[in-house]
Amino acid sequence: MRSLTGLFRREPQYGMRRDPAPTRWGYRYQRLMLTPLFRIGVRFGLPVLLVAGGLGLWFVQEDNRKAFAAQYERLRGMIEQRPEFMVGAVEIEGADPALAAAIQRFLPERMPISSFDLDLVEIRARIRELTAVADATVRVRPGGVLDIAVTQRVPVAVWRHVDGLRLVDAEGVMTGMIPQRSARAELPLIAGDGAREKIGEALALFAAAEPVSDRLRGLVRMGERRWDLVLDRGQRILLPAENPVAALERVMALDAAQDMLARDIVAVDVRNEDRPTIRLTEQALMRLRRVSENNN
Amino acid sequence: MGQLYQTQRAMRNMRKAAMQRGVIAILDVGTSKIACLVLRFDGDMPAPEGIGSMAGQSSFRIIGAATTRSRGVSFGEVSAMAETERAIRTAVQAAQKMAGVRVDHVIATLSGARPRSYGLDGEVEVEAGQVTDGDIGRVLAACEVPDYGDGREVLHAQPVNFALDHRSGLADPRGQIGQRLTTDMHLLTVDATAIENLLYCIKRCDLEVAGLASSAYVSGISSLVEDEQELGAACIDMGGGSTGISVFIRKHMIYADSVRMGGDHVTSDISMGLQVPMATAERIKTFYGGVVATGMDDREMIEIGGDTGDWEHDRRTVSRAELIGIMRPRVEEILEEVRQRLDAAGFEHLPSQQIVLTGGGSQIPGLDGLATRILGQQVRLGRPLRVQGLPQAATGPAFAGAVGLCLFAAHPQDEWWDFDVPAERYPARSLKRAIKWLKDNW
Repeated sequence: MRSLTGLFRREPQYGMRRDPAPTRWGYRYQRLMLTPLFRIGVRFGLPVLLVAGGLGLWFVQEDNRKAFAAQYERLRGMIEQRPEFMVGAVEIEGADPALAAAIQRFLPERMPISSFDLDLVEIRARIRELTAVADATVRVRPGGVLDIAVTQRVPVAVWRHVDGLRLVDAEGVMTGMIPQRSARAELPLIAGDGAREKIGEALALFAAAEPVSDRLRGLVRMGERRWDLVLDRGQRILLPAENPVAALERVMALDAAQDMLARDIVAVDVRNEDRPTIRLTEQALMRLRRVSENNN
Repeated sequence: MGQLYQTQRAMRNMRKAAMQRGVIAILDVGTSKIACLVLRFDGDMPAPEGIGSMAGQSSFRIIGAATTRSRGVSFGEVSAMAETERAIRTAVQAAQKMAGVRVDHVIATLSGARPRSYGLDGEVEVEAGQVTDGDIGRVLAACEVPDYGDGREVLHAQPVNFALDHRSGLADPRGQIGQRLTTDMHLLTVDATAIENLLYCIKRCDLEVAGLASSAYVSGISSLVEDEQELGAACIDMGGGSTGISVFIRKHMIYADSVRMGGDHVTSDISMGLQVPMATAERIKTFYGGVVATGMDDREMIEIGGDTGDWEHDRRTVSRAELIGIMRPRVEEILEEVRQRLDAAGFEHLPSQQIVLTGGGSQIPGLDGLATRILGQQVRLGRPLRVQGLPQAATGPAFAGAVGLCLFAAHPQDEWWDFDVPAERYPARSLKRAIKWLKDNW
């Protein structure tokens, strides 16, 4: 009988297809690899574990960590300092020279600077904090230009306050100070407490007072309630708290018809719309009395 | 028998576990080839267009199939353990590779091991007026088990008929009203050693056995059509080393046997008659074989070939008629033997006597004509049912057993061990009786 425990597997008989059987361990290995969890572990978990372990071992060394950080910083600096990212010029649009000078203070001094180091949001926020600025857009244009577009507030009136003369825009926001009235003589003057808040009404009144604009001195807010229109020669038109524009228009109509304001009167009181009142000057009053006595 | 009952129940639980995992392998250990199919069970897989539900068999799909030349198996029994183990490993590995999943549970079949059929009957009084599950278990347990001898194991024990009082032929007596419940049970025993050897081989491959079936039975399931199973038919599975016989009526197997002769014997006859190696004989048989000689066959010369170096020896030729002359007596012998077994089983008393030839050996040209002379007029060649995903190469009659095992895995028939043991066997019953005694007497 042939050996049962041959070292080598017997070859298949003549003419038969080779059909080798897997070894016991090969068979077990294949079954193990077909186990889903094991398969995932080997194909995904093991590489991840190896890479993570290797990196971990490398980073355990203090020197390695430092070298890595230094290399990182160097690379970052290299990219940031590339000429494509450098900002060399500033263009400020829509700002007068004084505002431009004020804006310059918020910009970095050293001018060729990387755009990574520019905090555009911060710059914009600080520019918008300026009283003269309504809105601003800050951007870096291609070509390394920091482009600042400013919408300035437009002053529409001069407000006389205890500490001086201020400019006020249509929303009642102060945009700056002027040393004397003649610096912005073309703007109307308002005064009194609470005048700034009612700037819209004041502007409407100024528009209604167009016929007497050459005599107009300004508007005074009385008791934060109503307006007095002040003309030259100390004349005043006392306007009501309610509907002052209509009252002023009536006064203007009276003036146009009877030339009232050119007469010798101190004040026109239209606070009570049913009974407009005028106050004469001292001389006019005396004279009027004398005339009436003579007539008697 | 209690031992076996537990073993089979354990296998049933294993099968349930495998079903839950959805993957199970079936292993047909034959004499000439070992086939392994990997089945995937998906709960509600829609049947493809144009195919019906296929009697519920569309619930699984074959995702891996592999065949290997069998080693160490003869007469359908394991004769060399290590060789068989290696062959099983080859088949399972290839099937797993094709399926791409790991298989842990396997349902196996074997064709040899000298099956022997017994018809049993049992009778009990129905306890509650209505037949319950417990009554079924009791009546099955009441069957008088014959002395089938030492060293044999029960492979199948299927109730094939229930009768309640005078009404017979009940498929499911549960819930019906009556007094006397009787049953007929078909018991199939096989050699215990053959089974144990096979189980050991499978265990060595790190697989769990989820079921065992007789090859003759599963071939019948796959190759008999439904009306044949219903009206009475015999399936002859002509394998390599043994020929399985199973007789079906009313969709139950009532008889199974196996003839220890098959295609390999034909091959060895050719090998001896023509003085050629077995491999060459097998090739000649499959290419030129036949059982009915005609005048043309005298003139058709077959090159036998050989590689001895002797020119005269290597250039021998043989006429096809001579080859048929060698094959025919052996095939006739097999069929005569089958005829004897069928006669012994009383096959002629069945209402329909359809005989279906299947298995690799049934592919011999002209076999149906020869079988008609020996077995009777109603003979046809059978091919296994088509199941989803089966490769074209595995649809031939040689795979009747493998395909039948798939169907068996999907829809196993009720066996004796599927019903609970009657309560009398449990100590709980005696406790109940003690309490009853206390109640009655105090």
